[in-house]
Amino acid sequence: MAIESQDLLLKVEGLQKRFGEQSVLAGASLTVPRGSLVAVLGRSGAGKSVFLKCLADVIEPDAGEIWFDGRLLARGDAGVRQHFRSRCSFLFQSNALFDSLTALENVALPLEQTMDLQAGEVRERSLEALKQLELEAFWDRYPGQMSGGMQKRLALARAIVTRPELVLFDEPTAGLDPVRRNAVFTMIAKYQRQFGFTALIVTHDVPEALVAADRVALLDTGRMVFQGSPGEFIASEEAMVIQFRDSEKELSKMLASIRRGETIHTEDT
Amino acid sequence: MVRAVGRYTLEIVQSLGDVALFVGRSFRMAVGSRKLGRRVVRAMFEQGARCLPVILIVGLFTGLVLGLQGYYVLNRFGSESLLGTLVSLSIVRELGPVLAALMLVGQAGSALAAELGIQRNTEQIAALETMGVSSHAYLVAPRLIAALMVFPMQTALFCCVGLWGGSLSGSLLLGLEPGIYWSAVERAVESADVRECMTKAVTFGFLTMTLCAYHGFNAHRCRSGTGARGVSASTTRAVVQSSIIVLAADYVITSFLI
Repeated sequence: MAIESQDLLLKVEGLQKRFGEQSVLAGASLTVPRGSLVAVLGRSGAGKSVFLKCLADVIEPDAGEIWFDGRLLARGDAGVRQHFRSRCSFLFQSNALFDSLTALENVALPLEQTMDLQAGEVRERSLEALKQLELEAFWDRYPGQMSGGMQKRLALARAIVTRPELVLFDEPTAGLDPVRRNAVFTMIAKYQRQFGFTALIVTHDVPEALVAADRVALLDTGRMVFQGSPGEFIASEEAMVIQFRDSEKELSKMLASIRRGETIHTEDT
Repeated sequence: MVRAVGRYTLEIVQSLGDVALFVGRSFRMAVGSRKLGRRVVRAMFEQGARCLPVILIVGLFTGLVLGLQGYYVLNRFGSESLLGTLVSLSIVRELGPVLAALMLVGQAGSALAAELGIQRNTEQIAALETMGVSSHAYLVAPRLIAALMVFPMQTALFCCVGLWGGSLSGSLLLGLEPGIYWSAVERAVESADVRECMTKAVTFGFLTMTLCAYHGFNAHRCRSGTGARGVSASTTRAVVQSSIIVLAADYVITSFLI
């Protein structure tokens, strides 16, 4: 049951997920080429995080197929799932660092628990990952003693220390100011090229995503309404893309209207 | 009314099944888990060393009070020489395992439930799973294995300190000859009593730590709320249910072994 295209690392078809009466994913499909940086855009509450967590096996989808490197990740096939997990890392929106472990212990944990390495090698690789993320001086600090940006880098160090082929980023810039948003996207793009992993990012930061990503997808009402290059996204005439892409222009217009004292009507989303 | 009772009964049966699956999965996943020994030692330190002061203090005062009360009751019948028998059998067969377990639930059990609840809320448990690390093997199994060793050790310590407390009351404060007290203890306590004490300690340790781990691990499914409120509610539930199960299991074990 191999997929014909050898260039696709990940292929998602018709992913569905409901929480009670609410349908969050209604047949979302996506293709992720090997070695690329793909950004999934969408409004808050569009189901981006749920989509990513379904891929990472944190949430079980109701229906749909996920193919990784040409193999179907079938539900109940623990071996295939374990193999997928060993080649994939997940960066949580909250970082999900272990607050009772030091930076070094956090990074060493996946190596200790999933690989047959000697203690010395685990320490060496962990320190190397910290050094690559410019955190080597803070190896004995606890996550609570670090700034938000350092915690993000620590989470990335933990994600890449096992040298995964695919890294999933869940809203890596949530709650950050524009300067830090840029810094995080630059960091991800830099390390994605440096380490050569495939990256899938869900975000609602359009400008940063368009600069950093090789491909862009737009998730709306549980489906991918657009998939293509950043250039195609900018040129797209798709109504939802236009609305999403031009939201900042709309905001400027609305602010100008407010300044002029005009009454404005907003669509309740 | 009948429907409500039926629904409640079904919920209890389902919960029991959930707990059984939780324990089974924890031990199954622990087989072959890397660095399990190190995590068990760490859990033993958390449950053992940190709870040592409370075990020593409560054990001492239990013995002191028992010695005091026992002396005045036995004195009415001119049987002060049986104080060692009264104190030792009360502590070794009943009070030692029950009170030690309740103290351990209050300190180690509540800490375990709260810690797992917070780890669930902050997605640390989900992070483990995405790394391909079994959260049952990494977080739960070491605590359960440690409890099987720590509870008997702490109970034995509680009993020793309790017996010494009884001796302090009887001999130092009330003038009973220490030799009379300790020879009565030696005559009264048989190997079957010690066996009963240890059986209770192991059983209480397994049941209480299982319940505490289960409620903490499933804090996100708590009906009382999510977030901090969910952690608080699941910790409270863990401590209350563990305390009840200690007393219920004590009755069952005693009725079988007496």
